[in-house]
Amino acid sequence: MAQIYDFIYNLFPYLGMWLRGLLQSWGFPEWAIGLTIGLIKAFLLANFGLIGFAILTYVERKIVARFQDRLGPNVAGPYGVLQPVADGIKLLTKEDTMPAGADRWVYNLAPLIIATCALAPLVVIPFGPGAIGADLNIGVLYALAVGAGALVGVLMAGWGSNNKYALLGAFRAVAQLISYEIPSVLSVVIVVMVAGTMSTVGIVLAQDVPYLFVLPLAALVFLMSGVAEVGRTPFDLLEAESEIVAGFHIEYSGMKFALVFLGEFVHALVVSALFAVLFLGGWRGPWLPPYLWTLIKMSLGIFLFFWLRATLPRIRIDQMLNLNWKFLTPLMILNLIGVALVDKGLRAAGATSGLWAMGMFAFNMAMLIGALALPGYLGHRARMAAMALASEEEGEALEAAAAH
Amino acid sequence: MTLIQAVFALFAILTLGAGLLTVLSRHLFHAVLYLILSLLGVAGLFVLLEAEFLAGVQVLIYIGAISILIIFAVMLTRGMARNPGPPLNNQSLAAAVIAGLFFVLLAPVIAGFPWPQTTRGVPADAIEALGRSLVDPNQFALPFELASVMILAALIGAIFIAREKR
Repeated sequence: MAQIYDFIYNLFPYLGMWLRGLLQSWGFPEWAIGLTIGLIKAFLLANFGLIGFAILTYVERKIVARFQDRLGPNVAGPYGVLQPVADGIKLLTKEDTMPAGADRWVYNLAPLIIATCALAPLVVIPFGPGAIGADLNIGVLYALAVGAGALVGVLMAGWGSNNKYALLGAFRAVAQLISYEIPSVLSVVIVVMVAGTMSTVGIVLAQDVPYLFVLPLAALVFLMSGVAEVGRTPFDLLEAESEIVAGFHIEYSGMKFALVFLGEFVHALVVSALFAVLFLGGWRGPWLPPYLWTLIKMSLGIFLFFWLRATLPRIRIDQMLNLNWKFLTPLMILNLIGVALVDKGLRAAGATSGLWAMGMFAFNMAMLIGALALPGYLGHRARMAAMALASEEEGEALEAAAAH
Repeated sequence: MTLIQAVFALFAILTLGAGLLTVLSRHLFHAVLYLILSLLGVAGLFVLLEAEFLAGVQVLIYIGAISILIIFAVMLTRGMARNPGPPLNNQSLAAAVIAGLFFVLLAPVIAGFPWPQTTRGVPADAIEALGRSLVDPNQFALPFELASVMILAALIGAIFIAREKR
């Protein structure tokens, strides 16, 4: 019984060992074994992304439907579970259109770049000890850098389509993605600083207490900027239907549209996976096997995205930019400095790990409350001043009218 | 030719070929895309040298930020994105002469440089050593601080220029 549990618990390391032994017994040289295992890992990870995409489209529609008191897809198969298959077949059979005057190569390459850049960060997501595509020692930096490549794809799609809505959508998308990359990178920097490593495996191993409870402010900002980077509601103004029809992917049909869409969903998957790795302790958890914990923690982030989508209205573009540049970015820079000082101070004072975690939590919460209270107070004062001014003007206007 | 050499040749051709196309393409937008390809080739060369951190930063900053800024500049400049002009203008001869002279200057330096020939691997804690050397006053703390002061000055200058006039 214990053996079976151990096998299920360490499924991926055992599979890897078995495969390596099998290839060795077939007389493969060392480099060929490495290449074969690498290719198999790449195949599995890419399919994890693709199958995740198919499942997420269904789950999103179901969850949003529940929020809106509807049934959601319910015709194809029991509870509509075959809906992704039906969607896939429909997309495959659609006509592959290309707008007149489109830049042929740029237009056709853009969906590929978007989908590739979305899938590539999956390489550094650890699904358990020994179950990772590649444990790079620049893991988090790699994920951020490759994710930034999607910007090029978005701009290519918007420009190559020869459509003004697509171009406007691409501008909005890039402005939003570039802006929100800054608080997101800063919160990752805080995690890297506290963990002392950039490797995703190292960060998971460093979290005896999940960083959600050590660095709650960084976690919150990472999640917010993650929502913005994925471009989901309330930050979905880059594909706002009522303003710019569908944004940068307006001209894509059939499988190319599916690739763009895949990019968006896999990006959401990657952001919630990174959130799980950076703040929720990755694969660590009691009883259940590590890969299940990873999936459960990823689902939490994804569910939060769907929840937000079903709940919040879209924000305006000036609100989006103000929130980032005037609130999140300065806040994260201050938090970076503060966490560095508190971390060093607590460690120099010889605090135990429990005391250290509590001190960091208290500091972050104090900073969060301060950060929320100060703009609230300033906004209140500004509104009061504006109201006083308005009533004064009103009074003057009344006096002027009475004088006439 | 070993596998490493083949991969090196591939990235070198990618870098140089895309660089050439950057200069020769008639369309500014295409030129930027080729520039991105060229920068990607450089990132590949860094990976080949096991300088993973540099490769990551190369992609994050040069492709993720600087190229995007260039694309924005191209797109927001009136008429730049739509009208492909001729890639050569009447200064091409002078440019060729100056570039040739520059090459004549550089070639002896490159040929005479004592390139290290060791096959020593990269230490495992290279990133840590890099980080420490950037804050170590005996190593690169001063250049690092100077660079950050320069970037700060550029930021303040940009804000000053873009500020609304009252």
